[in-house]
Amino acid sequence: MATSRFTRKMAQGGAFTVFWLMGATAVLIMLFVVGYIMVQGIPQLNLEFFTTSPRGGLSGDGGIYSTVVTTFYMVVVTLLIATPLGVGAAIYLTEYSEKAESPIVRRLVRIARFGVETLAGVPSIIFGLFGYALFVSALNMGFSIMSASLAGACLIIPVVIRTTEEALKSVPDSYREGSLALGATKWETIRKVILPSALPGISTGILLSAGRIVSETAIFFVTLGGSYRVPHSLMSGGRTMALHVYYLAMETRAFDKAMSTAAVLVALIVLMNLAINLITSRISSKTR
Amino acid sequence: MTSGSRHYAARTGIENTMKTVLLVSALASVLIVLLIFVFTLKEAMPAFREIGFEDMLLGKVWRPGNDQYGILAMIAGSGLVTLGAVAIGVPLALGTAVFLSEIAPGWISGIVRPSVELLAGIPSVVYGLFGMVVLVPLVRTIPAPGNVGFGLLSASIVLAVMVLPTIANVSEFAIRSVPKGYREGSLALGATKWETIARVIVPAARPGIISAVVLGLGRALGETIAMIMVIGNSVVIPSASTGNPLSIFLSRARTLTGNIAVEISYATGVHESALFATGVVLFVLIMLVNSSARFLLKSSISRGGKN
Repeated sequence: MATSRFTRKMAQGGAFTVFWLMGATAVLIMLFVVGYIMVQGIPQLNLEFFTTSPRGGLSGDGGIYSTVVTTFYMVVVTLLIATPLGVGAAIYLTEYSEKAESPIVRRLVRIARFGVETLAGVPSIIFGLFGYALFVSALNMGFSIMSASLAGACLIIPVVIRTTEEALKSVPDSYREGSLALGATKWETIRKVILPSALPGISTGILLSAGRIVSETAIFFVTLGGSYRVPHSLMSGGRTMALHVYYLAMETRAFDKAMSTAAVLVALIVLMNLAINLITSRISSKTR
Repeated sequence: MTSGSRHYAARTGIENTMKTVLLVSALASVLIVLLIFVFTLKEAMPAFREIGFEDMLLGKVWRPGNDQYGILAMIAGSGLVTLGAVAIGVPLALGTAVFLSEIAPGWISGIVRPSVELLAGIPSVVYGLFGMVVLVPLVRTIPAPGNVGFGLLSASIVLAVMVLPTIANVSEFAIRSVPKGYREGSLALGATKWETIARVIVPAARPGIISAVVLGLGRALGETIAMIMVIGNSVVIPSASTGNPLSIFLSRARTLTGNIAVEISYATGVHESALFATGVVLFVLIMLVNSSARFLLKSSISRGGKN
């Protein structure tokens, strides 16, 4: 009996050691990937790298100025397209859908939910292919920030919807009831009471979406054209920082510059994650 | 009084308009899915008509210059790299999920969880670059004929890290949604914590864990840029180069996603259409995988609720 108890304890000790190692491995992989990119990339960074554009052609010369500008445009335009649609959809799905009485609307809500779930699983190259067929070719927008943003918006709409829904659900029902009891209509309640208190949560969703656009490569590889020049309008092509890393690594084989650009990219993503975690912990401490 | 009621009418007018506007935006997603499907299918039709659905799916040769458009090699490439990624990534992801939900003290999960989140946020092009610079030279040192480092093994390792966050997050959720009573009951019967995890909690969370793995499969099948960068992109059906069947993973390959991305910029005519057809095959494959994951997840949740 005593030995069996001992072996059972030993088994637990052994198994838990393995699990601790696995948790540690996950952290180590993250540290290794991020650390390697940073150590290789940061030493070559200087102000000039940020203020000059890539030289183009087969040399890896030049900095990343134009790619920073293009990335900025892409994030802004994509968010302008996706945020209203995504937030609107989330408002309907959380605030209106359950009280819908007509069977047609109920069916529409089920279809809408199915659509959001399906869209969230579509791989980005398919969005690229779709954007290439519809926006670049059929609608004659060419390889441009506009085409790429429209295709990119499809990628982040489900992200905006999901995070906004979460944010709306965490607003206490008493807020809704109080506002309605004061005679406000449903929409007035949403606009003046619910949305303001859900704003921090919604903003994490928008940050997360911005991160997705900064990271995305496949969609823009087939819709943005890859020009290394500074874009002068929404109809110009361009390359984002992520796309620039791809071209540097695969076409010019300028791995040092690719590493530096990747380091900037990773630093940006780390900052965004920190901001998201900060906002999230603020929210949870407030509700507590 | 009249102005008050007119005001009221205006307010209900706004109310109804907003309701409709919001419903329309809720339906935007499904509209986009439909548009994507219709457009991709429409562009793929000429290829299906001229090449034939079967010849395309089962054709071993992809040589657009020769009007040969078989995508079997790409199906094999996508399948094998996904298999490799799952073999490497699933144990680590599940271990991390169990660790986070059952074992780790709070402050340790406060380190592990953000690390996993960051892994999810790292751009795929960065994983690709890391694979090219770090993994490929490492894999190249394995002595085998024709091994250049670029290939299924490097790609599988990169992909394993990329799907780790998805699988770990969803399984952690599944493990956490096992009712507390199971845990307490098992511990009360004298089982150790580890026996409770291995014989009660993980079996109870199994449908959710399986759906996590299947979701990971969907992500793996859809990955593009990192795959192009490390898999070598040769259109060959991967085969073992030595007596060891595992050496098949040292073979170069091309994924369905990579096939589209690499060639779409210069393809025209039937070639372009064949790439859209590749997209249709990929889309249908991923839809099947994802909907089975969703089905499993839903049935596991509803079962958990009943208990």
